[in-house]
Amino acid sequence: MQKKAFGLETRETLVGLSFILPNFIGFAVFILAPVLFSFYLSVNSWDGFRPMEFVGLDNFVQIFKDRVFKRAMVNTLQFSVFTIVFTLVASLALAMMLNQKLKGIAIFRSAIFFPYVASIVAVAVVWNMLFQKDYGPINAFLRFLGMVNPPGWTASTKYALPAVIIVVIWKNMGYYMVIYLAALQGIPPELHEAAMIDGASAIDRFRHVTLPMLTPTTFFTVMMLTINSFKVFDLIYAMTEGGPGQATTLIVNYIYNQAFVSWNYGKASAASMVLFALVATVTIIQFRMEKKWVSYM
Amino acid sequence: MKEPSRSAKIGLYAALCVICPLTLLPLAWMLSSSLKLDKDVFTIPIQWIPAIPQWGNYIKIWEKIPLGVFTFNTFKLTIIITLIQLFTCSFAAYGFSKCRFKGRDALFLCYVATIAIPWQVYMLPQYTMMNKMHLVDSHMSLILLHSFSAFGVFLMRQFMVSIPNELLEAARIDGLNEYGIYARIILPLSKPALASLSIFTFVTIWNDFMGPMIYLNTTEKKTIQVGIRMFISQYSAEYGLIMAASILSLVPVFTLFIAFQRFFVEGVATSGLKG
Repeated sequence: MQKKAFGLETRETLVGLSFILPNFIGFAVFILAPVLFSFYLSVNSWDGFRPMEFVGLDNFVQIFKDRVFKRAMVNTLQFSVFTIVFTLVASLALAMMLNQKLKGIAIFRSAIFFPYVASIVAVAVVWNMLFQKDYGPINAFLRFLGMVNPPGWTASTKYALPAVIIVVIWKNMGYYMVIYLAALQGIPPELHEAAMIDGASAIDRFRHVTLPMLTPTTFFTVMMLTINSFKVFDLIYAMTEGGPGQATTLIVNYIYNQAFVSWNYGKASAASMVLFALVATVTIIQFRMEKKWVSYM
Repeated sequence: MKEPSRSAKIGLYAALCVICPLTLLPLAWMLSSSLKLDKDVFTIPIQWIPAIPQWGNYIKIWEKIPLGVFTFNTFKLTIIITLIQLFTCSFAAYGFSKCRFKGRDALFLCYVATIAIPWQVYMLPQYTMMNKMHLVDSHMSLILLHSFSAFGVFLMRQFMVSIPNELLEAARIDGLNEYGIYARIILPLSKPALASLSIFTFVTIWNDFMGPMIYLNTTEKKTIQVGIRMFISQYSAEYGLIMAASILSLVPVFTLFIAFQRFFVEGVATSGLKG
């Protein structure tokens, strides 16, 4: 090569950057810049047309006074805790069952993964019909089981959030099941064999071999589930639009409404910042706690 | 792994034969309802196989909404975005995994960190920016929105890291430069990861609902998801047709899933395990 003008290190850097650049330009302009702009918007008052006005922390004061935002915070926490715990348990249980040498196991695995690739719109419309209060199949079944007053699901303020949580778990458990399945297959069989020779029962082996070996995966899964649970918007929007009342309004729904319904960009961005801070805090806490329970072999 | 005992096997089969159909039940109900008259959709007991299948639902739906246009738009967006992602993500992943330079890992961390940021945090600034660029209500806005995914770079990098560097050294000695190595050695070896990324992108873009909902107003530009959503709100009582439209929107993704299942599973596993 004739480019002697550059030192080897500079050249290596330039080549490296040239690979990253095509993606990075788009990434910087369409993702990084908006993230930073969001910080700026949160301390301004703007409707998208008139000039921006600096208001300091006023947007934050306003949203924390807003009853709807407080409700959205509570809903988000409830929604996250339930989806994280139940998806984790369901996906691990399914992975344990599907990690067996059985004929046709691949078909069962696909069946569980199927809902994950189904579109939100189709999923929302079919579940809404299944949950229909008076003539929906789910309540028909509950009545058949002898329940006199089955829940109103998406039509009731009390049961709308549980209904949405059920659908989210149903849709995503297959994804995490696949992650657990891969992790289970990575556990050396010798460990189980050794434990068996020592007379450990199946339950003992699950508690003292499988679970500890899975902790890195569980850590990753909990992280992903947490982050993703803060992002769920489409499904709720398509199923209930945050209602009835504010029963299923999460922080993300609040952001959407402030931004694209009320055109209150400042308040929307302040709420985004709260969401961002929430995700960051939870992530940092999880990383801090990692050493206490995750064992890497 | 040891083969389970005979009784354990039977128990497991029984459990799976309950759980798996239960998981698929909502989709089965959708399929069955799509072949019924509106008045029969909610009859109890559920008639899983309609006495007189209403295949007409699948024809009527094309007349009620411009489903052909929606499908075309969705295919167009999906294909363009997938191609751009495949190129830019694999290219960047090579830089992040096989080139050595200062600040590389810090930059990569910055990429990964944005995966954790919910889209809703920056969707509004993104929208105002697109608005300034006069791209709202155009397919271009969605292409720009989705083409530079940090997740794609992450997935490709995780795979490329596992390709032994000795291969690259040998090629360098043979006189190939970095771009040649990328094109002739790394890309062909990365086929499984490229396949995983294509499938994930395809499914994500095909199923994307929020993007088109926020950005597209003109009916002729809409994608299949927002199109069907529009139909649902206009004809909320035509259950049979709604279900038929929903089934149609699922067909491409399900076909892809069944044909390339292996890559789905591998993609999930690589992005999940080596993280």
